[in-house]
Amino acid sequence: MVDAMARLWRIIAPIRLRLYLGILVTVGASVVGLMVPQVLEALVNKLDTSPTAATVWIAGGVVIALGLIEAVLLWLRRVFAIGPSTNIERQMRVRFYNLILEMPVAFFNDWGSGQLLSRAQQDVSQIRRWIAFGMIMLVSSAATVLVGSYMMARSSWLLAGTFLVVIIPIVLLTYRFQQDFSVLTRRSQDLNGEISTTVEQSVQGIRVLKAFGRARYALSNFDVSARALRDNEVRKATTTARFDMFILALPETALGICLLLGLFQVNSGAMNVGQLASFFATTTLVVGPTRMLGSLFGQAVNTTTALERYFEVMDSTNTIVSPDNPVPVDVEHATGELVMDDVRFRYHDAPADQPDLLRGVNLHIRPGETMALVGVTGNGKSTLLQLIPRIFDITSGQITIDGVSVHDMHLDDVRRLTAFAFEDTTLFSSSVRDNVLLGVDPKLPEAVQEEIAWEALSAADAGFVAELVDGIDTPIGEQGFSLSGGQRQRLALARAIAARPALLLLDDPLSALDTKTEERVVGQLRAVLDNTTTLIIAHRSSTVALADRVALLDDGQIVAVDTHQQLLRTSQRYRYLMATPARGGSEVNI
Amino acid sequence: MSHPGRTRSDSTRYSQMTKDERRASLRLLGSLLKPYTWQLVGVSLIVVLTQLMTVAGPAIIAWGIDHGLPALQDGNPVPAIVASAAHIIAAISAGGLMYVFVRWNMTIGQNMLFRLRKRLFLHTQHLDMTFHETYASGRTVARQTTDMDALAQLLNSGLDIMVGSVLQMVFTMVLIVTMDVPSGLVMAGLLVPATMLTVWFQKRSSVIYRQIRTNAARLIAHFVETVTGIRAVKSYRRQRANGARYEQLAEDHRQASLRSVQLFGIYQPMLRWLSTITIAAVLMVGGFRVLGDQLQVGVLVALVLYARRFFQPIDEIANFYNTFQSAVAALEKISGLMAERPAVTDPEIPVELPSVDGEIVFDNVAFRYTPQLPVALHPTSLHVPAGQTVAIVGSTGAGKSTIAKLLARFYDVTQGAITLDGVNLKDISRDTLTDNIVMVTQESYLFSGSVANNIALGNPDASRAEIIAAAEAIGARDFVERLPEGFDTDVRARGGRMSAGQRQLISFARAFLANPNVLILDEATSSLDAPTEAVVQQGLEELLGRRTSFIIAHRLSTVMIADRVLVVEGGQIIEDGAPGQLIAAGGQFSQLYHAWQDSLAE
Repeated sequence: MVDAMARLWRIIAPIRLRLYLGILVTVGASVVGLMVPQVLEALVNKLDTSPTAATVWIAGGVVIALGLIEAVLLWLRRVFAIGPSTNIERQMRVRFYNLILEMPVAFFNDWGSGQLLSRAQQDVSQIRRWIAFGMIMLVSSAATVLVGSYMMARSSWLLAGTFLVVIIPIVLLTYRFQQDFSVLTRRSQDLNGEISTTVEQSVQGIRVLKAFGRARYALSNFDVSARALRDNEVRKATTTARFDMFILALPETALGICLLLGLFQVNSGAMNVGQLASFFATTTLVVGPTRMLGSLFGQAVNTTTALERYFEVMDSTNTIVSPDNPVPVDVEHATGELVMDDVRFRYHDAPADQPDLLRGVNLHIRPGETMALVGVTGNGKSTLLQLIPRIFDITSGQITIDGVSVHDMHLDDVRRLTAFAFEDTTLFSSSVRDNVLLGVDPKLPEAVQEEIAWEALSAADAGFVAELVDGIDTPIGEQGFSLSGGQRQRLALARAIAARPALLLLDDPLSALDTKTEERVVGQLRAVLDNTTTLIIAHRSSTVALADRVALLDDGQIVAVDTHQQLLRTSQRYRYLMATPARGGSEVNI
Repeated sequence: MSHPGRTRSDSTRYSQMTKDERRASLRLLGSLLKPYTWQLVGVSLIVVLTQLMTVAGPAIIAWGIDHGLPALQDGNPVPAIVASAAHIIAAISAGGLMYVFVRWNMTIGQNMLFRLRKRLFLHTQHLDMTFHETYASGRTVARQTTDMDALAQLLNSGLDIMVGSVLQMVFTMVLIVTMDVPSGLVMAGLLVPATMLTVWFQKRSSVIYRQIRTNAARLIAHFVETVTGIRAVKSYRRQRANGARYEQLAEDHRQASLRSVQLFGIYQPMLRWLSTITIAAVLMVGGFRVLGDQLQVGVLVALVLYARRFFQPIDEIANFYNTFQSAVAALEKISGLMAERPAVTDPEIPVELPSVDGEIVFDNVAFRYTPQLPVALHPTSLHVPAGQTVAIVGSTGAGKSTIAKLLARFYDVTQGAITLDGVNLKDISRDTLTDNIVMVTQESYLFSGSVANNIALGNPDASRAEIIAAAEAIGARDFVERLPEGFDTDVRARGGRMSAGQRQLISFARAFLANPNVLILDEATSSLDAPTEAVVQQGLEELLGRRTSFIIAHRLSTVMIADRVLVVEGGQIIEDGAPGQLIAAGGQFSQLYHAWQDSLAE
């Protein structure tokens, strides 16, 4: 706890002065507020002993003035503390984002997007609330309770003592309540997530549910989560109800006791009516901050957790980085010649008893050559492709492009040499143009960029772009125009082509296309691939037909490299992969 | 499929909300409240009592000072003791009543939500496919999630506190007026600027809150997009550009929160000042009246205590109003969905089907999706004897899927009738129908949960052995057992991710387990790669078995196992016969067949 808070203390160094000022004015506001009951005391006593109209006027005027000072101080608290704290919040968020963007892909697989998001959003917000509000209020609430107790004690030690004894448990109660409540709230959030998933699937899978007549069955699954949520909410309500009960009853009970004691004290002459009045007025100002103290202790604990979660990510070490002295690469004139030498790879989280996914891959792609990579589903073809631009790092062996190991180049250079079309086509929320030109130098003249974009689109047979509402400027992605799987895939392909890399990496780029479209794309692609070194993962013979040679990946190794025709003749395994021997598997478009 | 005229955006929906729609949402609310009428009456009584007990405190103190003290000075402690006891009793009963109220009130609310959730879920499931294909799935989901959350938020963010706050203000006002009319008037007078200030704040804040939500949503969307598309970000070196974009979004978000902070920064101190001015006013008015002997000191103290409390609930009311507005909007949207009526409904008196052979007859059937759209299927008559395997081929949009969907009664025919064993599909209950006719589609959707659970969807009563047997029969057992946890692998977890072909195998296993008399495969083999298809081919023949089957397929290898082929073009059947027969006849199917032969020979 101390550790995390100490690091936070360093982060807020630039705004510390303003935070001190914030604390100062907040304490000031509390003290000013506590003066009002003192005016009441004076007035009541004056009315008792020497009543004049002037006293009443003065009392009223003083209270109004005190109120104004208090209001100004409260306003200053926000000016001093809250603005700068939002700066810290933004800064922490942006640092977090920039840091994770440099982390390797395995890092994202390990953490999961939900975890990273909740740290960047909820945890950072929690930290900001603590800086802007929690820290200051902790000091000022404590000050209010102390000064208020002193004021009450000035009226009567007995009354003040009695009152405090009864209400101090509120600090603990509030703390406990907050902890219990936040556990229940988290549980509700989880259950809400479960319900959303069930609902989404019940709508997206409606055809299946209808086809099998399983509406009731789906409802019974939904019922479990919905019931659990309701029960948890009722539990939350019970916790709240119990807390509200004490919060309401305790101070008022204390006041009831104090009333009796007070009346007897006034009777015995130990205090006067004015003091009794100001005592009651002060108690109303002390109960709030007492409660606040408990909740702030809870917040401190939650903030520590948030800080630890934040730093946990920020302290991760990056394993995929550029070398200290990268070998300079002439990206413009590179041929893209690729050599893989005894490459081995295993995922860092693979079970120990599992053999390496790739066990000594040797492969040579000549400059300008198009090589197809073929193998059964899940045998590591996609992984192999991702080793080249260092999306993952090889476990051992060597990968060179134009004779230079990818580990000796600057990461930016490796990725400038290559362009990747992934199997799952990620498009970003932006225009078609931005998506296609993602890998193109933004400093090129606009006309040149435009030409590159259209050339790439036509090579990927993505002419449909011209017919979209705003043509190439149509927004796509989450909030934009929704495209079919085949359309998305062709845009992703166009994006890779537009980058004009020395080495083009295509992961089954035509899988979502129907046969007719595929035929057209294959026709167009041929021209592009003619002068670009390409490694393409293929499942269908039509895609394989694009390649000069085919490499067969089997059992973690490249077992054969040859032309399609030759492999059909010599490799039984290849024949098995490409077509079913008995009946033939090619598709016919009708 | 898009049907113009039915897609309205949510915002226009809301602004065009007619009186009828408003009435519909009130009716929905009424139907939700109705089962709880008496409980709600009880809860209302409790909350009134709670607030009376809460408000009583200062009045009791006043009485103690004004009556208890003089009596005490006269040597009679009873009134002082009574005042103190009354205060304590009021405090404890207020606490106890509060407990009952909060808990009871929330229980009712949560039960209402629970019922509504289930109603809405089942209602959505019962809506026909025309609805599901036109109403964007995202919106259907939003009705059941975001909008339900808005209602839950209303309950959580203190419908109870709100009711309590209003009552507290009213009771305080009443008490003040009974104690001292002029002070009451002063406080009522100050309520005017306080209300104006609060209304101003509420209006501004609802705009700013919306802005904050929009900005936060953008920030989150960008973050998620980057993280999920990280490989593309890296291979296209977008780190710096994305970083700049994120910083901009974070700054927008900061600006919006800052505006809300500034607004609060004005509202909160102003309200506080008004509350202090009220105290000053009460002090002065009360003070002069004490001077004139029209008021006792104790009452003055009580008035000050009340003045302090008076404005406390008002900002809660302002915050509540924002939640309330979005809840009302949500309820209206939900009632809009509840008002949708399915076009495909269960018959009132369903015909029982004791044993089914699987004979299907199309009697002069025609269909169009909506009156605006062209005819999807021209009048067609067709007799499929029980046990026949029928392949339907034709180009995209020719009407193949339409035939399949009509058979599964996803839609009702526009004209004519489809019968199963001589009984019109419309006269068969949904349950009986799906027991007998099952359609497997191309998308082969998997639900989160284990592989076994996904197969069991075909027959929830099936035993584990039956599930494994079904997987085995269609050739899926091997790959499933190679998954990290075999049949218990969660299909959504890492390691449980399957190729499209593997998902289709699971769909087949589902259909096999359902064991219907009539089976429809709509492009169900499209994603299988060659090796998988070889495995499936055998399973497929097993699956088709002796049942009546309809297969829509691209692959001729699949088509060739059919007893009969229908070639569909432009919503009409243009060729109909055994595969060999059609090849010999030299029509369209024959051309396809020869093209395929050539491609194999290559």
